[in-house]
Amino acid sequence: MGGEEIEITPEVTAERIAEYLEQEKRFDGRKTDEYRDLTIEKNISKKAEGSVRVKLGKTEVLVGVKMDTAEPYPDSPDKGNLMVTAEFLPLSSSRIELGPPKFDSIEVGRIIDRSIRESKLIELEKLCIKEGEKVWTVFIDIYTINDDGNILDAAGIGAVIALKLARVPKYDAENEKVLHEEYEGPIPLKKINPFTITVHKIGKHLILDPTREEEDVSEARISIGSSDGTIHSLQKGNSGYLSVEEIQKSFDIVENSWKELFKKVEAQLK
Amino acid sequence: MTTKDFKRPDGRKVDELREFEAKVGIIPNADGSAIYKSGETIAIAAVYGPKKMHPQHSQNPEKGTLRCTYNMNSFSVSDRIRPGPSRRSTEISKITEWALEPVLMLDKFQNMVVDVHINIIQADAGTRCAGINAAAMALAHAGIPMKDMVSSVSVGKLDKTIVVDLSKEEEDYEEGEGPTDIPISMTHSGDITHFQLDGKIEPKQLMEAIELAKKSCEKIYEVQKKALKESINMEDTE
Repeated sequence: MGGEEIEITPEVTAERIAEYLEQEKRFDGRKTDEYRDLTIEKNISKKAEGSVRVKLGKTEVLVGVKMDTAEPYPDSPDKGNLMVTAEFLPLSSSRIELGPPKFDSIEVGRIIDRSIRESKLIELEKLCIKEGEKVWTVFIDIYTINDDGNILDAAGIGAVIALKLARVPKYDAENEKVLHEEYEGPIPLKKINPFTITVHKIGKHLILDPTREEEDVSEARISIGSSDGTIHSLQKGNSGYLSVEEIQKSFDIVENSWKELFKKVEAQLK
Repeated sequence: MTTKDFKRPDGRKVDELREFEAKVGIIPNADGSAIYKSGETIAIAAVYGPKKMHPQHSQNPEKGTLRCTYNMNSFSVSDRIRPGPSRRSTEISKITEWALEPVLMLDKFQNMVVDVHINIIQADAGTRCAGINAAAMALAHAGIPMKDMVSSVSVGKLDKTIVVDLSKEEEDYEEGEGPTDIPISMTHSGDITHFQLDGKIEPKQLMEAIELAKKSCEKIYEVQKKALKESINMEDTE
């Protein structure tokens, strides 16, 4: 996309990554299907309805939830709205330039939007104030703070957790005003965890949670939003292809690592 | 209700594509062009290039660049859509590039670009797949070196039944588990170059959906091939 990268992973590094993978090894000593250390910090902004900082190794994202009232969409007059956006901040990497949103950030927003929407995590039908006239809009906004690869999966974890932490502000019906400092209660959510897990293909190898260098040499990837074995959203990315066998393998990897990730998240939220 | 009793709104069998047709050479100015119709969905595609990439800083000194743009006409859907790019169309443009790049041989086109412009004239579901089918044919028609063809189809799950080539009516299906939309693109040799999904499905059934997509892409491939052959025969007699 447009202005070519300022700092790309050199060819020699790409070759080393491939050589290591031949022996099932990675630069940082992880297994191919192993995530980096996950840390979650709750409520990082008091003004947000819910917010979270998610770190995967050196990758860091902030996710905040805000709510406001709006007109419903004509095809869902009795349901709340959902909007997910992602911003790749120039402060998070030397290769991100100022300017209008680039494809990467649009894609992260859309993939996370679909994982939340299709899994029906938010009970949008409970966010109707007056049918056809006024409903709540839930905004989930994702910001990158340090990009060391796999922003997407970090953002997906952040979106689910930020929603769990978020509270619905009080609505003053008489004056048609949202009282942002007072809260009604939690956002109505189903008890599911639709994390997005991305499997990357490098040569013949399938890996999880790539660092920046690994992500740069990823030939193809498949991002799968799932909860407890049920797939709700999926997107293949990058210029390479995946064989049917590789896709089957990816499903198995995702099913297993979802369980691992769920445990790690639970441990962090204690 | 069991899968066998399942009736599609338009009476099609579960593995039956909508009526579809393809033709190449529809835009005289273009280096290659094609139209692909599937039911009420109509997509056209034009290829311009390879040509010098501008601006210069976008050039790739190692190989040529594929640049796709997917655009829906404002009047192609019931509720007029605002002309110009959207988040959706930006994503579909990129998805289309990714779907086609694995078969293109652009190594000899250093610093050059191949532009593929896709336009949706009439939309009744499956527009990205129709666009990819038209684009793949237009690239072949333009003589861009390719090692394989790409064919694209949307499979789906309506409640619990796997069906192929969803119509708009089926995309809005509300019974049981509702609709799951799964657009897939494949090379003729069976590798997957594009894969998306929205809805709810278990991995096992998703593998069945891939199998149905494979069979359906085979049928689409035959029509794409026939259209390309016809164009060559026509040029020979001219």
